Amino acid sequence: MRYAMAVDTKKCVGCSDCVVACQTENNVPIGFCRDWIVEVTDGTYPQLEIEIRSERCNQCANSPCVRCCPTGASHYSEGGVVLVTPHKCIGCGACIASCPYDARFPHPDGYVDKCTFCLHNRVKKGLDPACVSVCPTKCMYFGDLDDPNSPVSKVLKNRKHKTLIPEAGTNPHLYFLI
Amino acid sequence: MREEIITSGRLNHLIDPQLNIWHWHIPLYLFLGGLAAGILFFAALFTILGKEKEYPTAVKIAPFLTPFLLMVGLVALFLDLNHKLYFWRLYTTIRLESPMSWGAWTLMVVTPLSIIWCALNIKSIFPNWDWKYKWVWDMEKFFRKNLITISWIMLLFSLILGVYTGILFSAFNARPLWNTSILGPLFLTSGLSTGAAAIILMSKNSHERHTLARIDLMLIGIELFLIVHMFMGFLASTQVHIEAATLFLGGTYTTPFWLFVVTLGLVTPALLEVLELKGFKMPVFIAPVLVIFGGLMFRFIIAYAGQASRWLY
Ligand code: SF4
Ligand code: SF4
Repeated sequence: MRYAMAVDTKKCVGCSDCVVACQTENNVPIGFCRDWIVEVTDGTYPQLEIEIRSERCNQCANSPCVRCCPTGASHYSEGGVVLVTPHKCIGCGACIASCPYDARFPHPDGYVDKCTFCLHNRVKKGLDPACVSVCPTKCMYFGDLDDPNSPVSKVLKNRKHKTLIPEAGTNPHLYFLI
Repeated sequence: MREEIITSGRLNHLIDPQLNIWHWHIPLYLFLGGLAAGILFFAALFTILGKEKEYPTAVKIAPFLTPFLLMVGLVALFLDLNHKLYFWRLYTTIRLESPMSWGAWTLMVVTPLSIIWCALNIKSIFPNWDWKYKWVWDMEKFFRKNLITISWIMLLFSLILGVYTGILFSAFNARPLWNTSILGPLFLTSGLSTGAAAIILMSKNSHERHTLARIDLMLIGIELFLIVHMFMGFLASTQVHIEAATLFLGGTYTTPFWLFVVTLGLVTPALLEVLELKGFKMPVFIAPVLVIFGGLMFRFIIAYAGQASRWLY
């Protein structure tokens, strides 16, 4: 099993509903976010192109954050989802410095926090992650890459896609449809 | 002109707009670790070479600093942790892939070794010292009998500790400025150099001072060579590495780096040491103090500048 997510940059309008849904679902402390919107404007005026992405932890298969964690608090869980065990985390910050996407943040309670793909609170109950299910343009697809019939496998088969900084060697599992 | 404007909606504290997760604690911890490694390295080296009499400060006096240096370093590391109550988790696993983990374990080996070393030399500070209990005397006898073995272990672990202070940074591929394997040997050399400087500061024996000044001169030369290589490597690498190097070549950290680390911390003490070895009279403390200051600044600047360097996407 290998959980993955695909975000359609052609459909995303940057409304931030996913951000708010995540904060509500996961009780993210005020002022922090586990997912966020990035807007890239590129080109020469007036030929500008814009790409809007809903980003979060890439659930890398070769995660520097798991590698550098001195206690094993950062680990691979079911379906390759990278999780942090709060009572093992010493808050050293090594994993925060190691993530090329800056996807982690120090939770005010001391441990390190990040996107979990809503693994325990939703996915295991058969639901989609909060961000995916709330998106008004339905621009996100979630599922198991090993299952050819999952929404994410199907959309990746049909659409051109990319990952972020693949040259960092992290083997990300968050795809962007382009 | 082609433009790329990236707007991010994220504003996480200590992460945005620029990573700022490590403050003064980590560079101080690395500096003290390097300094202690340097002192212990020379103590072990001169013992193995059988030159305790020739270099009494290096072998018998300077090591008394190291347990304190290491403990202050560990306190700094502890203060840096955000989840302090779980500190002990560091010592329930060994994860060789994580420099933070094996570094913490290295300190767990080096600190007791440094204390044993001090205990064996306590008479050079308190000539009338008495251990009082027989079992302590027995232990002392045991360690003294195996002094050469202990010296070899200490030599090895001081080198590991010295390299570790650099590898802690270089293992992060997310921060291009840190991500160069030269940082290991570079911080080791800098640690040995600050160690030599500390011994020179404490030594009252001019033969010892001159030998260590010569060693220090060589170490400074190696450091300058490695720094040049570091920049050559960056400039011949990818755009993110070129941009990382630019932090020191016109960017925010240009003045502190070239002024405090290279000019004041390396070139000036090297010139002073050359002049002194040539027989010019000058206050002996200036060069070693500058070396130690330069080593401290180096850790701080690399720690902060590294957090300012990143991948662009
Ligand atoms: S995106 Fe960052 S936090 Fe997430 S798995 Fe990859 S390296 Fe770790
Ligand atoms: S902050 Fe916590 S999860 Fe991150 S590397 Fe340190 S112990 Fe591991």
